[in-house]
Order: sequence, then C-alpha cells, then structure tokens
Amino acid sequence: MDLQGIWFFLWGLLWAIFFMTDGYDFGIGILYPFLGKNDFEKRVMINSIGPLWNGNEVWLITAGGVTFAAFPLAYSVMFSSLYSGLMLILFALILRGVAFEFRGKVDKKSWRNIWDICIFVGSLAPALLFGIVFANIFKGLPIDEAGVFQGSFFDLLNLYGLLGGLLFLFLFLFHGSLWLSIKTGGELHERALSAAVRIWPLLLISAVLFLGASWFYTKLYDNYLARPAFFLDILLTVAALFASIFFIKRKDFLKAWFSSSIIIAGSVFFGIIGLYPNIIPSGISPDFSITAYNASSSPLTLKIMLVVVIIFIPAVIAYQAWAYYLFRGKVTKEDLAY
Amino acid sequence: MDIVLLSRLQFATATMFHFLFVPLTLGLSIMIAIMETRYAATGDKIYLSMTKFWGKIFLINFGLGIVTGITLEFQFGTNWSRYSAFVGDIFGSLLAIEASAAFFLESTLIGVWVFGWKKLSPKAHAAVMWLIAGASTLSAVWIIIANSWMQHPVGYVLRNGRAELSDFSAVIFQKFAVLQFFHTISAAYIVSAFFVMGVSAYHLLKKQSVQFFTRSFRIGLIFGLIFSIFTAIEGDMHGVNVTKVQPAKLAAMEAHWETTTRAPLTLFAIPDEKNERNFIEIGAIPGLLSFLGYHDINAEVKGIKDFPREERPPVLIPFLSFRTMVGLGTLFILLTIIGLLKRNRLLESPLYLKIMVLSVPLPYVAIEAGWVLAEVGRQPWIVYGLMKTSDAVSPLASSQVLVSLTAFILIYGLLGIAGFYLIVKNAIKNPVL
Repeated sequence: MDLQGIWFFLWGLLWAIFFMTDGYDFGIGILYPFLGKNDFEKRVMINSIGPLWNGNEVWLITAGGVTFAAFPLAYSVMFSSLYSGLMLILFALILRGVAFEFRGKVDKKSWRNIWDICIFVGSLAPALLFGIVFANIFKGLPIDEAGVFQGSFFDLLNLYGLLGGLLFLFLFLFHGSLWLSIKTGGELHERALSAAVRIWPLLLISAVLFLGASWFYTKLYDNYLARPAFFLDILLTVAALFASIFFIKRKDFLKAWFSSSIIIAGSVFFGIIGLYPNIIPSGISPDFSITAYNASSSPLTLKIMLVVVIIFIPAVIAYQAWAYYLFRGKVTKEDLAY
Repeated sequence: MDIVLLSRLQFATATMFHFLFVPLTLGLSIMIAIMETRYAATGDKIYLSMTKFWGKIFLINFGLGIVTGITLEFQFGTNWSRYSAFVGDIFGSLLAIEASAAFFLESTLIGVWVFGWKKLSPKAHAAVMWLIAGASTLSAVWIIIANSWMQHPVGYVLRNGRAELSDFSAVIFQKFAVLQFFHTISAAYIVSAFFVMGVSAYHLLKKQSVQFFTRSFRIGLIFGLIFSIFTAIEGDMHGVNVTKVQPAKLAAMEAHWETTTRAPLTLFAIPDEKNERNFIEIGAIPGLLSFLGYHDINAEVKGIKDFPREERPPVLIPFLSFRTMVGLGTLFILLTIIGLLKRNRLLESPLYLKIMVLSVPLPYVAIEAGWVLAEVGRQPWIVYGLMKTSDAVSPLASSQVLVSLTAFILIYGLLGIAGFYLIVKNAIKNPVL
C-alpha cells in the first residue's frame, strides 16, 4: 500500500474509534431523560461516562486534525461544504460538555433542568448529524471543479442522509444502553437492559435498510464487487450484531458492548472501504471528486505524521485503556463526582 | 456585510473567548500541582483543602476551555477553507500533533484526576495534575508554533499551488516561535498569579481562613513577581525580533508614519489613518523607538508610509493594544514588588488587598490585547507575506456566517455568564478546612 492508501485507512480508523468511544456517551445522553427517573439515577448515568467522555471526544479532534494534516484539500472542502451541519454539531458538543461540568454545581432544580436539556439535545444532535453527514459523503456531495459546494444544508436531509442519521442514532443508543448495563445495578440496570433489547431490532432494521439503500444511492459497492473479500467487513458487522444479542441474553454485557463496538467500526468501514480512493465523491462529476491522491499532503508531511501517529496513537490507546481499567465496575454512590 | 470581516469577527469571538480560559488553566494547573505535591509529601491537610478549593475553580475553567477549543480546530476548515488547503501541509500537521501528543493526555487525565481521588494514592494523584499541567503546556507549544508560522513562515516551499513542508525542524525551532511561546506562557502565569492573589486577597480582607489564603497568596505572589519581570524582559526580545521580521507591524503599533533615524516613541497619539499622520501626539521620547527595535538609539525605523497601501496593517488597534499591554505589564511588576514588601503584613494592608481584588481582570485584558496586537498587526496577511486574509476565506454566503456568528455570540455570552457566576461563587466561598 502507498502512503496515501495508508493514510486513507488511518483516517477511517480514527473516525471509527471516535464513534466507538464517544458513541456510547451520545447514546447515554439521549437515553438520559427516559431512563433516569430521579436525580440520583440521572447522576449515575452521567457519572458512568464522567471519567472517560473527555478523552473520548479528543478522538474527534484527532480525526479532524488528521484530515487537516494528511488531506488538507479534503478538510477544507468537507468542513466548508458542511458548514451549517458542523456548526450545529459544534454548538451541541459545547453545550453538552459544559452541561456535565456545570449541572451539579448549583443545587437548584431549575439550574439542573437547563443542563439536562443541553445533555439531551447536545447528544441527540451530533448522533443524527454525524450520520446524516457521513451518509451524504458516501453518496457524494454536489461539489464543482473548484471544490465549492453547490447546495444547501437542506439538501443533506435527503432520504439516504436521513437513513444514515437513523442508523447512527440506533448504533449509539444501543452502544450507550449496553455501557449503562455494565456500569449500573438495580432498577436502572434493568431499564438499560430492556432498552438495549428493544433497540436491537430497530438497529437491525435500520442497518438492513441502509445497506440496501446504499446499493441504489451510492457507488460504495463498486469496490466490493471488484474485490469480494471486502464483503467480509459486512459479514463481520452482521455477525457482531447477532453476537451482541446473544451476549445480552447470556448477561455478558461487556462482551455485548465489545460486539457493539465492532458493529460501529464495521459500519464506518463499510463506507470507508466503499469510498476508496475518494474522500468526498462529487455528485456533479467523478472528475471533481476529492480523493486520497489529489487531496493529500506532501510525502514529507505524510511520513512525519506517520511517525507521529505510530508513536502517539498506541500510547493514547494504552493510557486510555488504563483509565478504563481504573474506572471499571459499577458506579456507586461514592463514585459520584458530577 | 462583507464575508471576510464577518469571518474575522467570528474567529476573533471564538478565539478570544477560548483564550479567557486557557491562561488560567496553564498557570493554575502548576500551582495546584505544587499544592497537592506538598500535601502528598507532608500530609498537611491544609494543602489538601487548598488543592480542592482551587481545583474546583480550575475544573470549571478547564471545562470551558476544552469545549471552546474544539471550535477553533473546526473553524479553519469551515471559515478559512482556502487558507486550510494552502497551508494544511504544515499548519494542519502542527494541529494534528497537538491533538495526538498533548490534548489527548490532558483530556484523558482530567477525568482521572476528578474521579480518581479514592482510586489513586495521594502521590499518584498529584502526579496526574503534574501531567495535566505538562500536557497543557505542550499543547500551548504546538499551537504557538502553528501561529508563529503564520507570523513568520519558514521551512516551506511553494509547490503545487500551496505551501509545502521542506524543513520540519526549521518550523518547530524557529526563533519567533520560541520567543512567542515564552511570552505567552509567562503572561498566562501572570493571569493565574493575579487570579490567585485576587481571590486570596478577597478572603484576607474578610479575615477568613487567613492561614489558607496567606499561603495561597504567597504562591501567587512568587509566580506573579517572577513572571511579570520575565515577561517584560522577554517581551523586549520578542519586540526586537518582530521589528526584524514584521517591520510593518512595528510601524503600526507605534503609529510611526515616516521613516526616520533616532525614531521617537510616542506615549500617546490618535492615529489618523486617512491622512497618514497622527492627530495628536503626546510625549514623544526621542530615539526610544530606535532603541527598543534595534537596541541602538540612532537606528533607522521604517515608517508606515514606506509600505504599499495594500500591505499596511490597521494602525489604531495595534497602537492601542500595544500600549494597553505594556502599560498593564508595568503595573503588574509594580503591584508584585509592593506585594513582596508587604508579604508578612498583608492583613494590615487593606488598601493593597483591595487593589489586588480589583486587579484580577487586568492581566486578562493585557493578554488579550497582546493577541489582538499579534493578529491585527499581521494584517492584511493571514500568512505574513504569503497569503492575504481576503484570499483565505471559505466560499460561503455571508448570511451563513452572519447566522453562525450571531449564534456564537449568543451561546458564548450565556456560557460566559454561567461560567463567571460559577467561578465567582466558588471563589468567594469560605473553604472547608
């Protein structure tokens, strides 16, 4: 594989890790008003992600940063084309992050209510919008030969885009409900578990619909037909989907959660594999597409950044794994810091 | 409205708001690490209370800093896409390195610090705060390197219609970056020092938790004294370098219109940009500008008129922001020296304590003014000498930017109020001992 190919894969991998980690944070934030029946349960919910969500969110910064560093043209076209959507994601993430920190700092119901809304909306909006945005990228954006977006935010809300939004929503809801099942006991645990069981069929349906719609709305399958070995990704994802419900029935929530992580990574890579070598296919003409080759940085930069990534990403994974290990086990009253 | 202006306003809003929180994070993390280390080493409970008291304020501040930081990385792509495509090879890498080498560590460890009180030994817990402080500083290093490259691009070649990296070490070790880093970080320590001194002074005025806040005040005082003096000396070196590499910025920040030898420094003036002169000039000190720029009172200093009109920065804003920064910087040295003299009888100096309470916002003003000078003084360039700001903006409708700018102002305004309220609330609360 050449440098650009390696970077294309790394680019997809970073986005996949971001959705695998911050995905359950989003899910819990969306489930938050429904599963948390009183203030204590609400606190348990946000404390179940409390020590980890900050580190999870940096995968977004890194995914964005790596897009900027390795594929500057893709970064510039993607971020300016998706302007309104990204701004909404940003505002949502800002309000959500502050809400975790601020909610418990004043002992007033009205104060907590404001931040509760921010947690819910701030988790729901990114979940839907990331799905919509990525589905539209899979489908191709209306960009002209100068890389200028010839559309509006509302063009993103097409059927395929909305299916992508739904798929991400259910992926994260499922992921979050499993995390909550691991981290809680008692009634909250039961509710999280029954949410997972009820979300599973919805996830299955939206995944099937998305896979089917991709056949009609995108060219993703071209790469699969050219190299059928790639179908293994889809197979693995579907296997993980069934493994997750199997582990849920056996009350092995950790394994169910890992399966759910594989579903998310597999879903992201379903698109990434299909896109290659495009990063943003142009819906106007294939000649205008932004690819890993016409958008990449210089070989020197790609090499330096490769060294950086090879050193630091495993290090990050190691100390984040340590943090996950340190905060293993169920959340108890003594653990509540938020 | 003009899209370039709107985009600049939005970037300024997002950056200046973000930078209200960064300096306190940089300095307070070190002070808290010192307090917690003393607790871990001596077991003296007062240091534990100090860690928790200042830690609470630190976390509110840190949270706001983190979430507003995400915006900045996105904005290069959303609002300055032509710039991003042009410089991504170099500038993008620096941001990506910052995220993977520094930002990850501080964000992961902040969770460990907040939730890990019972899971880690006191020594390990203190070590986590040292690592957070180290990672924040490292973040600042990379961001300053990136900004310095915009101020003084080096180590690049123009190829394929963009700036491509040719010499990585030239980019990261360039003098401009080193000088700007030490200037920024020491200014950030002044912000933190005055914050700690001001809050401590408030409690000392009320004569509550006297021992607690006397110790806190002294930690702040040591930081404040050392770094007020350091920033001034270092700022002088930085100024000499700016004179060399960005002569137009120097001319603008001094409202120096004509090229002259033995150039005077004007204490105050009202620049009249239209007629290329100063409306009023008060207190011109002969030769001082030549001396500051070149350390030679007879040196020739190029005037604004000798730069082509389309390459001139605005004059009024750099001129005023430079004076604000330097004037306040001098005041900080004065206030910390007085503090040094009064350190053993703080309680008997209510006037000084009152002044210190009121001084908390001043280093914030100074550090923001410094950045306004650096950024506005670089105009009309986004990358000095290489790319104009007006060529860097995204191909958006100005209505899109107007809407997002309005949203930024609204959301940041509300967050600012909430954050300010929480910080003040926790700062004036008598700590539990």
